[in-house]
Amino acid sequence: MHDLAANFINLDAITILYLFGVGFVGGLVSGFIGSGGAFVLTPGMMSLGVPGLMAVASNMCHKFPKALVGAMKRFKYGQVDVKLGVILGVSAEAGVLYGAGIQEKIKATYGDAGSNLYVSVAFVVILATVGGFVLYDAWKTYKSGNANSEEKAGKLAKWVQSINIPGTMVYFKALNARVSILFTIPLGFATGMMAATIAVGGFIGVPAMIYVLGAPSLMASATELVIAFVMGVGGSLKYALHGMVDIRLAMIILAGSLFGIQLGAIGTTYVKPFMIKVVMGLIMVIVLFSRGLMVPVYLAQLGLIDKLGDSTISLLKNSSFAIMIFALLLGAFIVLRAMWQGRQAERLQQATGALEHGKV
Amino acid sequence: MAQSTHRKKPVAAMIVMGIISIALYATLLAKQDLINSIFAKGGWYALLPIITAFVFSYFHGSFTGSFWTVLGVEASKKKMEVK
Repeated sequence: MHDLAANFINLDAITILYLFGVGFVGGLVSGFIGSGGAFVLTPGMMSLGVPGLMAVASNMCHKFPKALVGAMKRFKYGQVDVKLGVILGVSAEAGVLYGAGIQEKIKATYGDAGSNLYVSVAFVVILATVGGFVLYDAWKTYKSGNANSEEKAGKLAKWVQSINIPGTMVYFKALNARVSILFTIPLGFATGMMAATIAVGGFIGVPAMIYVLGAPSLMASATELVIAFVMGVGGSLKYALHGMVDIRLAMIILAGSLFGIQLGAIGTTYVKPFMIKVVMGLIMVIVLFSRGLMVPVYLAQLGLIDKLGDSTISLLKNSSFAIMIFALLLGAFIVLRAMWQGRQAERLQQATGALEHGKV
Repeated sequence: MAQSTHRKKPVAAMIVMGIISIALYATLLAKQDLINSIFAKGGWYALLPIITAFVFSYFHGSFTGSFWTVLGVEASKKKMEVK
């Protein structure tokens, strides 16, 4: 593994600014929805010549301190359930190890193309079902005119909360209910598997907390930061044991993302809770198209369809990366816009209040 | 705390944390070859990147937090009711 040291890239001002900028936007989105950024950062680093595993390792090493800062900030706003985060985080750690094992087996059997195809198919299937549902739910809330009202646990969450399995019940603040850890363990495990497969565990973790456990969106997205922290420390240590972390890359991305995550966390105090679902659902669905574009490339590499021309492959790869960047930028734009509008509305309300007070 | 509209801005904290943060980054980039060669050794050296990440997140995290506050970007005064 030590020969990886030879693969440390040279850092120039442009590279540093690029990593800082992507870190900022990724941090902004993470501070708001609890995860995100990794799907752009990892391929982004690879495009700079960083070996794949080192890119994954360095991304993970910036993720856990970022998640820690974000979780502490949102804890101040009363949005974090530490107990739920730690319990889900520990089971997620097991999911990460299992997911990484599956990845290695697929890679050993079918090679890089097989592994990439598995990742892309997982992306497309999961993002289509979960992302589509999250977006549909947000749309339903918007159309119903109940965007301001209190979020209620759905049917599935109510059923989960009604099951009493003696000896396994734990009270969670976010749910204001007791839930069996026999439900939380598989959810954490799935979050970890997702993190090991598509690098964004939150795409499973946050919807699972909302729809399966019955947590409000704001608490689910804030608690996801605790899960990301627990998973990230373990994952970073695992990679660092083999000397795979490029600490320069991790810390430069962190420099940008700590500016972003603070802003994203502040943003959550101004928006209606369903906006978390809007941003998360939109990013998931757009990323789905990005990964979907790559499926024919991997199918052709495996010989399952006719070979593609070099120009077609390069067009598909570039379009896929551009769509991912677009997804992240759109998410950041919605967060900033919603925050701006929330601030303006609050200022207007304060000004009106002061004026009325003055009249009295 | 959130009610006060004339809260003192944490300018001093921002400057101190900002200087420490810049010093940390300057050291990391100035000594990058040495740091990379030690951190890439693996084994017990694996703790070094983890400790580094915690140290940077503390100082840089405090700096970025004060930075937005000094700029006037703060959480909503009527804190979001989560439930």
